Amino acid sequence: MTKATDIVGAADHGHDEHHEHHIPKGITRWLFTTNHKDIGTLYLWFAFIMFLVGGAMAMVIRAELFQPGLQIVDPNFFNQMTTVHGLIMVFGAVMPAFTGLANWLVPMMIGAPDMALPRMNNWSFWILPFAFLILLSSLFMEGGGPAFGWTFYAPLSTTYSSDSTGLFVFSVHIMGISSIMGAINVIVTIFNMRAPGMTWMKMPLFVWTWLITAFLLIAVMPVLAGAVTMVLTDKFFGTSFFDAAGGGDPVMFQHIFWFFGHPEVYIMILPAFGIISQIIPTFSRKKLFGYASMVYATASIALLSFIVWAHHMFTTGMPVFAEMFFMFATMLISVPTGVKVFNWVATMWRGSMSFEVPMLFAIAFIVLFTIGGLSGLMLAITPVDFQYHDTYFVVAHFHYVLVTGAVFSIMAAVYYWLPKWTGRMFDTGLAKWHFWCSLVSVNVLFFPMHFVGLAGMPRRIPDYSLQFADFNKWISIGGFAFGLSQLIFLVVVIKACRKQGEKVSDQVWEGADGLEWEIPSPAPYHTFETPPVVK
Amino acid sequence: MTATHRQNRALVIRLLLVVVAMFGFGFALVPLYDVFCDITGINGKTDSRAAVYDSIPIDQSREVTVEFIARTNAGMPWEFQAQTTRVKVHPGELNTVSFFVRNPSGRSIVAQAIPSVSPGQAALYLNKTECFCFNQQPLAAGEEAHLPMQFYVDPQLPQDITYFTVQYTLYDVTARADELATQKNPFLTEAPASGS
Repeated sequence: MTKATDIVGAADHGHDEHHEHHIPKGITRWLFTTNHKDIGTLYLWFAFIMFLVGGAMAMVIRAELFQPGLQIVDPNFFNQMTTVHGLIMVFGAVMPAFTGLANWLVPMMIGAPDMALPRMNNWSFWILPFAFLILLSSLFMEGGGPAFGWTFYAPLSTTYSSDSTGLFVFSVHIMGISSIMGAINVIVTIFNMRAPGMTWMKMPLFVWTWLITAFLLIAVMPVLAGAVTMVLTDKFFGTSFFDAAGGGDPVMFQHIFWFFGHPEVYIMILPAFGIISQIIPTFSRKKLFGYASMVYATASIALLSFIVWAHHMFTTGMPVFAEMFFMFATMLISVPTGVKVFNWVATMWRGSMSFEVPMLFAIAFIVLFTIGGLSGLMLAITPVDFQYHDTYFVVAHFHYVLVTGAVFSIMAAVYYWLPKWTGRMFDTGLAKWHFWCSLVSVNVLFFPMHFVGLAGMPRRIPDYSLQFADFNKWISIGGFAFGLSQLIFLVVVIKACRKQGEKVSDQVWEGADGLEWEIPSPAPYHTFETPPVVK
Repeated sequence: MTATHRQNRALVIRLLLVVVAMFGFGFALVPLYDVFCDITGINGKTDSRAAVYDSIPIDQSREVTVEFIARTNAGMPWEFQAQTTRVKVHPGELNTVSFFVRNPSGRSIVAQAIPSVSPGQAALYLNKTECFCFNQQPLAAGEEAHLPMQFYVDPQLPQDITYFTVQYTLYDVTARADELATQKNPFLTEAPASGS
């Protein structure tokens, strides 16, 4: 769809190679870099490390739940594990991974030489490791780290939390500032730095979905900052935002939190939609079906995300009309989401499909994300939610949309663009092992959670009734297998970064289309210093 | 490039304004939430100021059952009981009920009672002319008291509400009690527990 007339070859190529000699070396290259590709790489590695750290915590949770009874850790530490696992995966793994992909890809896709605000870009990455250092170190404080769930409901996070809550609040503030800076950078880049001829409706869908995500970020991350600030002052400075005795209301915490929290879940899935919309057409060798409807569907999902927050709170005792409103508004979201799934399937329909590793992950995404979407529709039904609320059914639902949704899309993206980044084809044999091991284990891990949830097993509890023992054993085995499978991914990525494997062409994949496939592989340190003209 | 720089700067400033506005909006949700709940009555909160009762017509044709529940918050050692658990009233009629409290602990404690009405809609029609929940209640170690609550139900109460529950939860607010609340409780009982 987007063809550059002035392909960055011939004349520009020499220009780029001239710059290659000036790539700074050593640690200072990474500390002081303002290059979007370097910063993208930093974000992606950081996200990967956090993915493994958060994954290790999930392994502790699954080891404890392998058998009924308290075996390995005490309940307070178990609560810290569920809490910090959630925080790390949301704010440390999924969001930075998407930001890393945006850094790498958005300038290359719209024909810009770099992000619009490169110095701020450096800051927005480098404050992130400190945020997580603070969060993780709070685990070693007296009284332990945060143990109130990633949703930090008051009064758990105010009256009943440990003193390290101050550190939790501080680290969330830093994460928020980092995301907001990243989002502003993306918006400014897309608004002001598009190559001539790159009109709005010619932008690749990854760029579109990220633009909308960035708007969601600047709209709701400040609300999260407000919520943690209120928790901080309630706990340490005697205010009563959420304390009924002082005239506040703990239910109001949930309203404020989920006003942030629901758009947040779309922040973690919209870029995934963009990635899948790039990959499916490539390996189907067809244009994306319904490009315009994809853009409008993404925007509708983003707008609807602001009016559905109370579906997380059906059991707080809302009046019936409010429950009806939030139930129907929530169900309405399945319409634009359905449009997307339909378009992906229609893109594959009668395409000459091939099943390279990114495509395998993308197809798994469509199937498994849809399962997560369907369990979401079940949870949207208010009376049904009364039964499912706070059970493993909810855990199964959001892990299907976040692990086999967001995380699978990130893996698909890494496999799709990795040859462009390194100039070499990754070890496809090993990558297929990674895919099949992950696919099987992730379903052994999360599918039985539906059953134990329907049977009434509550979430966030370190022990359970005996009748859940068999399922939990299988869930834990699936969990350990899924965790180990990710080490294969680590090996594939390290091998690719060490430039092992066959050299790839500029286009890399036969059906690939877009500006990033017209620059050399590996992508030179500086690209599009002279903007390409897009027809 | 300077033109792009100027454009970038203008856009960044506008986006930062959005960020600041949304941070403010997070805090604005606090009063908005209260206003919204006051208007719709969906949260079951009653007015925290005394209502004035002056010769409101009593609707003898209707009878509404009001139920009272007394409970203490976790960690609050007081005994707290509603002496009348259920009362049938005519809308517009003034009624008085009494709650028994005792401080069995070895220290002085100041309590604050927080009311909650269910269904929440009824909270809009419950008018209290006198309530122990309007003030903080002090009790020294071993003291006990009968706390009065005087109310009438607004005759405008929707026809479909024939029964509602008023629940009081007692919170220990000693740590941030007002100066005034450290005086003697005016409703102290002299004799040992008259019971419920």
